[in-house]
Amino acid sequence: MTAMLELRQVSKVYGSGPTEVQALVEIDLSVDGGELVAVMGPSGSGKSTLLTIAGSLEEPTSGEVLVGGSALSGMARNQQARLRRRLIGYVFQDFNLLAGLTAVENVALPLELDGVSAKAARPVGLAALEELGLADRAGRYPDELSGGERQRVAIARAVVGDRRLLLADEPTGALDSVNGEGVMRLLRAACKRGVAGVVVTHDAQLASWADRVVFLRDGRVVDQTVRPPGAESLLTPGPSR
Amino acid sequence: MSVRHALLALLSEGPKYGLRLRQEFESRTGEVWPLNVGQVYTTLQRLERDGLVESDDPEGEGPHKGFRITPAGGRELARWLRTPPETMPPPRDELVIKVLVALSVPGVDVHELIQVHRRHLVELMQHYTYLKAEASEHEVGLALVVDAELFRLEAVVRWLDAADVRLTSLPTASPSAAPVVGPAQRRRRLEVGR
Repeated sequence: MTAMLELRQVSKVYGSGPTEVQALVEIDLSVDGGELVAVMGPSGSGKSTLLTIAGSLEEPTSGEVLVGGSALSGMARNQQARLRRRLIGYVFQDFNLLAGLTAVENVALPLELDGVSAKAARPVGLAALEELGLADRAGRYPDELSGGERQRVAIARAVVGDRRLLLADEPTGALDSVNGEGVMRLLRAACKRGVAGVVVTHDAQLASWADRVVFLRDGRVVDQTVRPPGAESLLTPGPSR
Repeated sequence: MSVRHALLALLSEGPKYGLRLRQEFESRTGEVWPLNVGQVYTTLQRLERDGLVESDDPEGEGPHKGFRITPAGGRELARWLRTPPETMPPPRDELVIKVLVALSVPGVDVHELIQVHRRHLVELMQHYTYLKAEASEHEVGLALVVDAELFRLEAVVRWLDAADVRLTSLPTASPSAAPVVGPAQRRRRLEVGR
């Protein structure tokens, strides 16, 4: 299977001299379509930097990022922007919905930015909302939605059209655990349909929804899970009182 | 987990046969707690001996012997439901002991050791989450039992995360550098609230 996202020896340095900070050190990471990978690490481990570089929102200091097999470094800025709009969906902790747009307008926005007419984008946006059980909220504004609904709208916006790479930074944010689980179920379902997903988090429960968990520490990948979650039973009887 | 009280809870709905009690016990606990037949009958015999349940045939045996809860059984069930469970005292936690011991073993990288355990726990959590993700939304018993295990494992991972940061920010901390605290004083500190 071709990797939808590939980071090859990616390093990122902020500042220089005594204030230099090495945020990422020679990261190798490959994520296939259909795979959900969690990147787990403490604050300051480089998780968010990794995600912004993977999403071409930031340039690496050295190394190479490939999205859908194409190297970002060889692209002009407008080409990168086009690839971001067409292939990559982002989900942030604070949802980042535009307050002046309805749910369906928020979801359809990336398509319109990519040149699709508002008339053609709306039904596609509605279909994405419907898939997440939000068809009846299409006309509502973000402040008329609950936290869980807002995050579902953000996920619909991230997967609308034919996005192949989904990048999420602590996507369950301040949601309670059951609503947070709902968000992770949706991300998992998107990946089951063939999208490649990367979730960065410090939360082990969130990470446990992933097919693979990569552990980051001081900007380096130090470890990753080796057993994919499967159907084999953990249900062995323990001692009873 | 108290099999004894779980059986009382099932009988509080009405009289049941031994075989049905076993089947209901397993389905209500999301089938994550398989019971053998012997465990069910031994427990029912003890409940009968203690006057907490009655059978329709005190001399009879087998899967079709019926049981019902007594008023004393109902009171015992109500008491148990509201009694806080016992918690294990922290010094007996094997993982805590391993990390504490590792601090004084030459050549052991405690951060690497913490990561080994963190990875193992996260893998376990992945498997539990998989069970929940694949289950039907109607399997509430399974979701509740899996959630309980996930929250327990998450707490251990969070302890490892905290230990990792604490040992990084205090690189000179070691048992030998710590002020001497007597065992009795340490025990008293840890027993607060128990």
